[in-house]
Amino acid sequence: MAVKVRIPTPLRKLTEGKDEVTAEGTTVREVIDDLEKRYPGIKERICEEDGSIRKFVNLYVNDEDIRFKLNLDTELKEGDELSIIPAIAGGMC
Amino acid sequence: MDTRVAGADYRTRSGGVREAVGSVIDLVGNTPLVNIRNVTRDIPPGVEIYAKLEGYNPGGSVKDRPALKMIEDAEKAGRLTKDKIILDSTSGNTGIAYAWIGAHKGYRVELVVPGNVSEERKKMLSAYGAKVIFSDPLEGSDGAIRLCWKLYVDNPEKYCKLDQYNNPSNPLAHYETTGPEIIAQTEGRITHFVASIGTGGTIMGTGRRLKEFRKDIKVIAVEPDSPLHGLEGLKHMASSIVPGIYHEEELDDKIPADTEESYEMTRRLAKEEGILAGQSSGAALLGALRLARTLKEGLIVVMFPDGGDKYLSTRVWED
Repeated sequence: MAVKVRIPTPLRKLTEGKDEVTAEGTTVREVIDDLEKRYPGIKERICEEDGSIRKFVNLYVNDEDIRFKLNLDTELKEGDELSIIPAIAGGMC
Repeated sequence: MDTRVAGADYRTRSGGVREAVGSVIDLVGNTPLVNIRNVTRDIPPGVEIYAKLEGYNPGGSVKDRPALKMIEDAEKAGRLTKDKIILDSTSGNTGIAYAWIGAHKGYRVELVVPGNVSEERKKMLSAYGAKVIFSDPLEGSDGAIRLCWKLYVDNPEKYCKLDQYNNPSNPLAHYETTGPEIIAQTEGRITHFVASIGTGGTIMGTGRRLKEFRKDIKVIAVEPDSPLHGLEGLKHMASSIVPGIYHEEELDDKIPADTEESYEMTRRLAKEEGILAGQSSGAALLGALRLARTLKEGLIVVMFPDGGDKYLSTRVWED
């Protein structure tokens, strides 16, 4: 099943500059694994070595933070949108 | 006049009672410098680390200095008048500084801020009465920069755009205040200056002043080790719009900071030193400690850009 994934600027070097890509999977975990196959190197930016999501990355399914759902096991439906959003904004000192 | 009070069990920045000032503006700068003694236990005995606590500024961050200078220079040049609205893009602290200084001086302030800045910052900006325009969180601070330029170009007569990334008054604020304070507070003994980079204003301006004072003082920047990081306020220069005021060739070295390690150092600062600082302070201290281990002797001054209270809703504090 295909879902749309929105990519933040710091990761677009890995997605050939695309701000939106398509990936397959029925859960967030499967979609991340599929993204890694399509764009090698992207998973380690999003996930820790043990597979959990990095503290400074937020994943939203449509408008909901997956931490308030089933985390990586959150299920996805056809047409859902997964957004990878940095937890912070840069540029201050 | 010696203003120390005999028998007083409190201390102030100067060791004496702080005199009353005419305005909150007068409280910008002259921040404390404190010896970091606990998390530095394993560094060589001849090396000292002192932190400049910029969270003591009225707006709670180092950005009070450049924001005030940019506003005052724009006033002097006639670019900023009461019919104009102060406009800029910011990831938070500069915005807070514009907002409170604008409130005090009677200017309207509009800020373009990435939608993913911490909740505390959004609330502080509103508390000071600033109008906040959120840019797409996926586009980060560069998205805020682009949206801000669009607003300005569409309505140039309405705004005074202070442009912290390209405004020479930003590093000049540090050249005129931060640098001399550090020289005085260390009695000229500073050998290394360490600061994290966002616009680059702190490290450029302070670094220039220190090198003028003594050219062998080393100026070292700490920056996030990857484009996607969790160090709010800091820029990974290789993957960002490089600010016009940033001149990397003036730096002696750069130290990369890992987000998780910086978070851990931020937590240690609270638990071992009793200093609640933001994560960019943790990153800067991480860099200072790495540097310290390569030295036999020296006095390192490291900038702590802000306090930790604005980040209490973030995940920095989760072990």
